[in-house]
Amino acid sequence: MADIVTLADAVRELVHDGDTVALEGFTHLIPNAAGHELIRQGLNDLTLVRMTPDVVYDQLIGMGAARKLVFSWGGNPGVGSLHRFRDAVEHDWPAPLALEEHSHAGMAAAYAAGAADLPFGLLRGYEGTDLVAHTRVGTVTCPFTGEELTAVPALRPDVGIIHAQQADRKGNVQLWGITGVQKETVLASSRSIVSVEEIVDELEPRPGAVVLPAWVIDAVAEVPGGARPSYAHGYYERDNEFYAAWDSISRDRDTFASWMREHVLGAVAA
Amino acid sequence: MTFTADEMMAVAAARRLTNDNVCFVGIGLPSVAANLARRTHAPRCVLVYESGTIGAKPGKLPLSIGDGELAETADAVVSVPEMFAYWLQAGRIDVGFLGAAQIDPNGNLNSTVIGDYARPKVRLPGGGGAPEIATSVADVFVMLRQTPRAFVERLDFKTSRGDRVRVVVTDLGILEPRDGELTLVGVHPGVAVDDVRAATGWKLAVADDVDVTAPPTGVELAALRSLESIVRE
Repeated sequence: MADIVTLADAVRELVHDGDTVALEGFTHLIPNAAGHELIRQGLNDLTLVRMTPDVVYDQLIGMGAARKLVFSWGGNPGVGSLHRFRDAVEHDWPAPLALEEHSHAGMAAAYAAGAADLPFGLLRGYEGTDLVAHTRVGTVTCPFTGEELTAVPALRPDVGIIHAQQADRKGNVQLWGITGVQKETVLASSRSIVSVEEIVDELEPRPGAVVLPAWVIDAVAEVPGGARPSYAHGYYERDNEFYAAWDSISRDRDTFASWMREHVLGAVAA
Repeated sequence: MTFTADEMMAVAAARRLTNDNVCFVGIGLPSVAANLARRTHAPRCVLVYESGTIGAKPGKLPLSIGDGELAETADAVVSVPEMFAYWLQAGRIDVGFLGAAQIDPNGNLNSTVIGDYARPKVRLPGGGGAPEIATSVADVFVMLRQTPRAFVERLDFKTSRGDRVRVVVTDLGILEPRDGELTLVGVHPGVAVDDVRAATGWKLAVADDVDVTAPPTGVELAALRSLESIVRE
């Protein structure tokens, strides 16, 4: 059953050095505040999982929190490369970063398999690409038709972290708009943290919303603005100017480090 | 009216889409072309973005595949696992628009690394949706600027397969596969066949009758510029 706690307490209690942690969000509702809390608490040796690692993963990698990244597209959408991610892969700075690289379809299937407690996700994919030689995939034969299909190992993170618009006082969570792979992330993970824009007396039903009952979540924290510079549908828009600015902030190691000191390490925990 | 090579590329790519297409759209050049088609000759073309938005009708160009306006204007918003399983893999999307850093003579694409995979010279963002887009849609349209570094005999990494690539639209011209090998079939106004040869890192096959692309119309250029003016701060 979800406890309603501060984000700092949730991270302290539920995330440990060496954990496999997935902070998911597909452009929308990216749990940036939670990522910053991982950095402030000095967590390290993490295996980070995300389909679309963007700025907050660039920050975690640049601060040396990760030893491995499981991902399918690592960039700054509409802007270009992630320079801290590149520096880690190309120059081992600040530390070597192991990669397990998939396609979007493969990772989506792997999360869904994790949520269903199956050992692998099933798809037609990867075939004829060089990814096969560099990642964890296999083939299985359909017992009914004989068709050969691709198997990707299920994703089972130790901790799944997402951001949502609302929770009620019991800790039931509702998110809407582009909901990505967040439901699967929470259900596939052993433990889960949800930061929300606001806690309300009662969740009002929304078309197309994802509702996660309190009993599948460990901790809910109220963090208004917790997705910024990403957006929260119905609350605030994506800060496209910041994403563009990140390109120059992150390009240089020292500029990056001083930006992090000023805006993340020095900031008060939510 | 004067126009840039990038504008010609966007217009030439947009012309390939029709009202009957359901099109999986990547961000960047493909998104410009697909939105231009919807604003001009193909208003009923269905745009699908991998964030889960089906039938998105953005009023301005989105910066990312998950901008809020895509969800607000979509016919349906589905989860990402549903998008890739029920819609893409099941064959409900007929055109996929892809970009890349490198392309080879068979239309195979690289958006993963330049150099060695384990110790790359340039680590690129990676394949994202491309590996399965390239094998699930009927027709793959590719857009990229033509240079000898991008058009290479051998890819550094094969991110997606080229067997369903039907057209490659560049800033210089148009290539289509002939017996599996990309062949120059059109040049944009003011571009010579030798210019395209010089911008290609392999011995380029050239069709017997190379067309000259019709220049952008006033209507196409106006629609393109109004789209782009909103995204650029």
